[in-house]
Amino acid sequence: MTCDEARILLHALLDNELDAGHAREVEAHIASCPECAAELAAQREMQRVLADTDLRYTAPASLRSRIEASLPQPQRQQPTRRSVLRGFAMGSAVSALAASGVVALVLRQDDQQRILSEVVSAHLRSLQAGHLIDVVSTDQHTVKPWFNGKLDVAPPVIDLTAQGFTLVGGRLDYIDARAIGAVVYKRRQHVINLFVSQTSSTEHRPPKTQTMQGFNCRRWGERGLNFWAVSDIGADELAEFVDKFEAAMKANVEG
Amino acid sequence: MSDDLQKAQRFREAALPYLDDVYTLARYLLRDASDAEDAVQECYLRALKHFDSYRGPAMKPWLFAILRNVCNAEYARRAHRPSAIEDTPSAAEQTPLWQESEASPETEVLRSRDAGAIRKLIDALAEPFKETFVLREINNLSYREIAEAAGVPVGTVMSRLARARAMLRAAWTAEEEHSR
Repeated sequence: MTCDEARILLHALLDNELDAGHAREVEAHIASCPECAAELAAQREMQRVLADTDLRYTAPASLRSRIEASLPQPQRQQPTRRSVLRGFAMGSAVSALAASGVVALVLRQDDQQRILSEVVSAHLRSLQAGHLIDVVSTDQHTVKPWFNGKLDVAPPVIDLTAQGFTLVGGRLDYIDARAIGAVVYKRRQHVINLFVSQTSSTEHRPPKTQTMQGFNCRRWGERGLNFWAVSDIGADELAEFVDKFEAAMKANVEG
Repeated sequence: MSDDLQKAQRFREAALPYLDDVYTLARYLLRDASDAEDAVQECYLRALKHFDSYRGPAMKPWLFAILRNVCNAEYARRAHRPSAIEDTPSAAEQTPLWQESEASPETEVLRSRDAGAIRKLIDALAEPFKETFVLREINNLSYREIAEAAGVPVGTVMSRLARARAMLRAAWTAEEEHSR
C-alpha cells in the first residue's frame, strides 16, 4: 500500500468503515510508516475535539410551526351529509367537477414548469467545474454499463459522433427528488445534457422545445422513458440532435 | 380519518424528528439563517409531495438528498450575484492531503476551540467537501448513506472526506500558528 492510498483509507479506518481485510492492510502500512502514523494520530485528535464540541444547529420553533401548518390539518367542521343533500346538489356537483378539472390542468402545468426549471438547474450545475461527468468515455459500451445498478432504468446511450454530436460521458443527477441519468454530448464547445427518466406512459410524445433562462430544452417521451435535451445551442441545432438521436434509437431497436 | 390526514400523520412521525438535522445541514451549506429556514421548509414541502413514492433509503439520507437539491437551486440563483458561493474544487484540489509540519506532529495537539470558531472553519471549506464533511462528522451518516444522499459512489465519498479533513486541519493549525 502506498502512502497516498493510506492517507485516504485511514479516514475510513477511523470511521470504522473498512472491512477486516482492508483494515489489516492499512494498519500494517501505518505500523511501518511513521508519517502516516502521525497523520492518523492527528486526525484522531481532531475527530475527538470535534466530537466534544456541539456543532449542530437547532431549528427555530417558528420554522417547526410553519412546516406543521403546511401539513393537511384535521378540519374542525366537516359539512354534514344532510347539508350537502339540502343544497343544489346537481348544480354544485357540476360546478365542482368543472372546477376540479381546471385545477388539475393548472397543477399539471405547474408541475411540468417546475420540472423544467429543475432540469435547467441541473444543466447549469453540470457546467460548474468538475460536475459534468461521472464516467468519462466516448465509447457507448463503457457509458451504458456504468449506469447499471445506479438507476431503475437503463438510459439509451448512443454514439452520435459521426452525426456531429460527440458523446463525452454520463452522470447521475437528481431531478424531482429522484436519481436520474444524464448522458453528456458536445457540439463544438457546447454541452448538451440528455436527461432520461422512467415514466408509466408508453405512448410516444412528440418533441417540444421550451426556453428557460436562455437555455433551450427539448422534451419528448418514447417507450416508457422521458427525455429532456438541454443546451445553449440554437433551437434548430437542438432539434437536429433530437432527430438524429431518435433515428439512431429506432435503428438500434430494429437492428 | 381521510387518506390525506393519515398520510400527513405518517409523514409527521417519519420526517419531523429530523428537522434539526436537516436544518443543521442547510445552515452549513447556505451559511445564512434565513436562507436555511426557507430551504428547509421547501425541502419538507417537496418531501411530503413525494412521500407516496418514498420506498427508502432511510428517511434521513432521503431528506438530505432533497435538501441538497433545493440548496443547489439556491446556489444557481446566487451565482448571478457577486456574493456567490464559489464552487471551486480546483482550488481545493491544490490543498495537499497532508502538510509537512515543522513541529513534531506526534506532540502537536489542537487546542480546544469554542463551537463558533470551529463552525467558521467548517463554513470556509469548499464544496463539495464541506457537504461530505458535515454529513459524516455532524449528521453521523455512514459512507453508504452519504453516497445515497449525494448521488455519488462510496469511493468518491471517501476521497472527499479525506480532503475535507485535511483542509480543515490545515486551516485550524494555520489559525493557531497565527494566534500564537
